[in-house]
Amino acid sequence: MARSGAARKPARSLPPARLLAGVSGGRVEPAAELDRVIHERMRLGIVSALAVNQALSFKELKALLRASDGNLSVHARRLEEAGYVECRKSFEGRVPKTEYRLTPAGRRALERYLEHMEALISAVGKGKAEG
Amino acid sequence: MAPAPQLRQSPETSSTLHERAADNLRFIRETMERSAAFTGVPGRGGMAMGATALAAALLAARQPTVERWLMVWFAEAALACFVGTVALVRKAAATQVPLDAGPSRRFALGFAPPMLAGAALTALLYQHDLIEALPGAWLLLYGTAVVTGGAASVRIVPLMGAGFMALGLLALFSPAAWGDWYLAAGFGGLQMVFGFVIARRHGG
Repeated sequence: MARSGAARKPARSLPPARLLAGVSGGRVEPAAELDRVIHERMRLGIVSALAVNQALSFKELKALLRASDGNLSVHARRLEEAGYVECRKSFEGRVPKTEYRLTPAGRRALERYLEHMEALISAVGKGKAEG
Repeated sequence: MAPAPQLRQSPETSSTLHERAADNLRFIRETMERSAAFTGVPGRGGMAMGATALAAALLAARQPTVERWLMVWFAEAALACFVGTVALVRKAAATQVPLDAGPSRRFALGFAPPMLAGAALTALLYQHDLIEALPGAWLLLYGTAVVTGGAASVRIVPLMGAGFMALGLLALFSPAAWGDWYLAAGFGGLQMVFGFVIARRHGG
C-alpha cells in the first residue's frame, strides 16, 4: 500500500512539472503496489487538481470535477482519513467555506501512483516486444 | 528499486491493463491542466499593473493636451500588457502548465474580442472628438474582457470584471473631469485589490 511505498522512498515532494513529466512519459521507477485510495477516479481527480494548486475550495473542486456535493464529500473524506488531503473549514462572512490542500503524504502517493502507471505501461510494452 | 508489477496475464488482459494505465495518466494530466488554468490569472502581476495605472493616472491628469493625455494612457496600456504577460508566463511556468492548454486558450479567446473592440472604439471616439467617453468605454470593455475571458476561471476573476464594468458605466454618465479618477479607481485600485486577493488565495 501507500505507506510501504513511502518507507522505501525518501520523503520528497516533486513540483507539478515533475508530475506532468511523469504523465507525459518521462522515465520513472516502477512502484510495487497499487494505491487503492487514489486509484478511484474521483479521488484521483481531487488529488491531481490539488497537486497544481495551493488550495481549492469545495465549490471549486465540485465545478472542476463536475461532482455532486455528496459524492465529492465522501471521496474527500476518504482522502482526509488516509492523510492525503487536509480540510479547513472557515466562514466568509456568514457563509461556511471548506478548503482542501494536498499533504506531503498525498503528493508522495500521487508520485507513486504515476510511477506505477508508467511501470505498467512499460512492462506491458516490454512483454509485447518479447512475445 | 521497487520491483516491476507482475504481468503474467493473457495478451488481451495485458492490453486492457495498458489501456487503463494510459487512460489514468491521461485523466491526471487533463485534470491538472484544467485545474491549473482555473487559477492561471496572476495575483501579484495584477497588483503591479494596478500600481503602474495609479502612477499613470497621476501623470495623465497633469497633461495639457488630449494627445499627451492619450500618450500617457497608451504607454500605460503597453506597460500593463507587458507586466501582465510576464506575470502570466511566470505563473504558468511555476505550475508547469503550458499556456497553450485548452482553458488558457479559452481565456485568451474570451478576453481578446472586447479588447479589440475597445481599440477600434478608441480610434472612433478620438476621430469624433468624444474623448470624454474614453475612460468609461475603456473600463467597460476591459471589464467585459475579464468577465468573458474569466468565465471558466475562479469566481473572483469574473467578479473583478463585473467591478470594472460597473465603474465603466458610472464613468460614462459622470462629468468628463472625473475620467482620470475613474481610471485610477479601476485600473489602479480595483486591479490592486483583486490582485491581492487572487495572490493570497491562488498565488501568482
